Amino acid sequence: MNGQSMTAFLDRATRILFFTGKGGVGKTSLACAAAVSLARRGRKVLLVSTDPASNLDEVLGVPLSGDAAAISGADGLFALNIDPEGAAGRYRERVVGPYRGVLPDAAVNSMEEQLSGACTVEIAAFDEFTKLLGDADFTAQFHHVIFDTAPTGHTLRLLKLPAAWTGFIEQNTTGTSCLGPLSGLESQKSLYDASLRALTDPSATTLILVSRPERAALAEANRTREELEAMGVLNQRLILNGVFAARDQGDAAARALEARGKAALDGMPPGLMKLPRNEIPLLPYAPMGLENLRRVFDGGSPVSREKRRSGPETRPTDLTLSGLIDRIENSGHGVVMTMGKGGVGKTTIAAAIAIELAHRGHAVHLSTTDPAAHVAATVGRDVPNLTLSRIDPAAETRRYTESVISRAAPQLDAQGMALLEEDLRSPCTEEIAVFSAFAATVAAGERGFVVLDTAPTGHTILLLDAAEAYHRDVARTASDLPDPVRRLLPRLRDPEFTRVLLVTLPEATPVHEAARLQDDLARAGIAPYAWVVNQSFDRDGFTDPVLTERGARERPFLAEVREQHSRRMVVVPWEPVEPVGPERLRDLAGQPDGSAVLQPARG
Amino acid sequence: MKKVEVFDPPLCCSTGVCGPRVDPVLVQFAADLHWLANRKVAVERYNLAQQPQAFAANETVKAALRQHGNECLPLVLLDGSIVSQGHYPARTELARLVGVDVGEAEQEPVGAKLPVIQSGCC
Repeated sequence: MNGQSMTAFLDRATRILFFTGKGGVGKTSLACAAAVSLARRGRKVLLVSTDPASNLDEVLGVPLSGDAAAISGADGLFALNIDPEGAAGRYRERVVGPYRGVLPDAAVNSMEEQLSGACTVEIAAFDEFTKLLGDADFTAQFHHVIFDTAPTGHTLRLLKLPAAWTGFIEQNTTGTSCLGPLSGLESQKSLYDASLRALTDPSATTLILVSRPERAALAEANRTREELEAMGVLNQRLILNGVFAARDQGDAAARALEARGKAALDGMPPGLMKLPRNEIPLLPYAPMGLENLRRVFDGGSPVSREKRRSGPETRPTDLTLSGLIDRIENSGHGVVMTMGKGGVGKTTIAAAIAIELAHRGHAVHLSTTDPAAHVAATVGRDVPNLTLSRIDPAAETRRYTESVISRAAPQLDAQGMALLEEDLRSPCTEEIAVFSAFAATVAAGERGFVVLDTAPTGHTILLLDAAEAYHRDVARTASDLPDPVRRLLPRLRDPEFTRVLLVTLPEATPVHEAARLQDDLARAGIAPYAWVVNQSFDRDGFTDPVLTERGARERPFLAEVREQHSRRMVVVPWEPVEPVGPERLRDLAGQPDGSAVLQPARG
Repeated sequence: MKKVEVFDPPLCCSTGVCGPRVDPVLVQFAADLHWLANRKVAVERYNLAQQPQAFAANETVKAALRQHGNECLPLVLLDGSIVSQGHYPARTELARLVGVDVGEAEQEPVGAKLPVIQSGCC
């Protein structure tokens, strides 16, 4: 370990702390633990989540809102969730409210519809974020402001926005800027400048990269390090969370897990190696609730409420991944979408299903909407019948811009073209471009199997909101829309066409996030086909105390998914070897279906 | 000086790039208004999603909305009276409505400094 201990670091922590990293690495837990520790030192701390699917409430054990709330039991600690939908709703009401009864109802309704898009949500959330970062008066009463940022792709975009928009304001010469909800943007410029300054001042801000001792998470942390370093965020620190040392050398799985962590750390990118670093051991207890959060950095014995295990909890009605694939295969074509919290293994499950379907002779397209995804690295090499792609925001934006310009060019004069190019530089263009690509990928499910690994929950919700907003547009403007966009929502709602798989780990936060996502999907008229509980430790054969404790801890969550949430539950056991490459992915999918013997027919 | 006011339906932006498909008519109309503004015509543009106050403050516009619903948008007003409704007039029609010589369009130097017209988006 290089550098000072976590305790020494917290003693002299900068005013602003960002915790970032791949989904599932423990950002929220560590941000909460740091906030709790700082509050114990007598500091006044504001803890902020910017994730549209925030889990801060659950980790702290307190319901939160968009306003800073004092956390009882931790003097000096305050927390809030930036709620993008709520912020957008308040913005909408501010604009529309005064005109109810003044303008005809139809006019008021159409205003509301226009302000319901993903753009408004994005911009309203950004507004709240810069206020916390750049408006000194707003947070003056706090010694520390700690951001539990959303999974990395989203964080980067959020962080880059001040730079992108500051440039956009300067370069926009025609005044047509495509930034309606931020009209009066010029007046906000000083706020954005202040946000940028705070981010790039090492004495004000520390960026804490959180990673597990795993290859993909470390690679992701390194990408974030490079990108933010290039933007001038130089004060960075690495926390390795969940470092495991086998306590029972007779437990083969425990030895394998330790070896897997060691191998990942040995291959750590050199750029990460040079950062000051702290390690947190794999905890046998869930770092949730104030008591346990205090112990993460400050030590002490955990509070455990779970009982010891007495054999695995799997039931005959649970499906295996192979049994699930049999059912999907029967439909002959369509879209399979994996959704869930970051880090639960959406990509792995999507890749395993795609490879098995391809192996059975079907044409399969595997794609992802996750800006930080690693589909190609997971699959490893070419597989017959399988094509890969990813919806890359930068590439899609380029493609979209070019196609818009070439389509409009014959009908425009020079001034018209100048205006169009100006408006296309707006940040909203990326939203539209990604959305169009998503619709086109879903449409490809008419011709074969499309397996779509979606971005973490928050992103996916915004994408579905966009689908709904455009669906309303369709009703209004009827004709002129691209066919894939027009048919997107009906396709997603068709249970014969789209099968949504909610992927989760058998732990509180991912299960409850998936349950909330299921509610959101229900509101959009989409019912998940199955729940996939990934990386289950609840099986025989472990003797290491940390691993058996983890297995025992899962049981209530397995039961919760089976009894309260899912129509079909698939349990995928944890594998000591990382499931990367076609063979290992097929192994993951290829276990025979335990339920087959008990159920007369499939499909 | 003549005054042209355009009351748009609720738009994301004046060119419509934020919608699911860019409408070239919108892009061209935005350029045509700039052209008009360079012909010594005062041009103002209001979008129902962004500048509802302009709609609420104009009795002519409110009456049209009450009578015909949103379908009357876009409304083009010349010196306070409606001269076009329900569609975006092309440059020649716009010139005729306002009484500007359309032949000047061809002599317009490319890349002339564009005046600022109020509009908004998203």
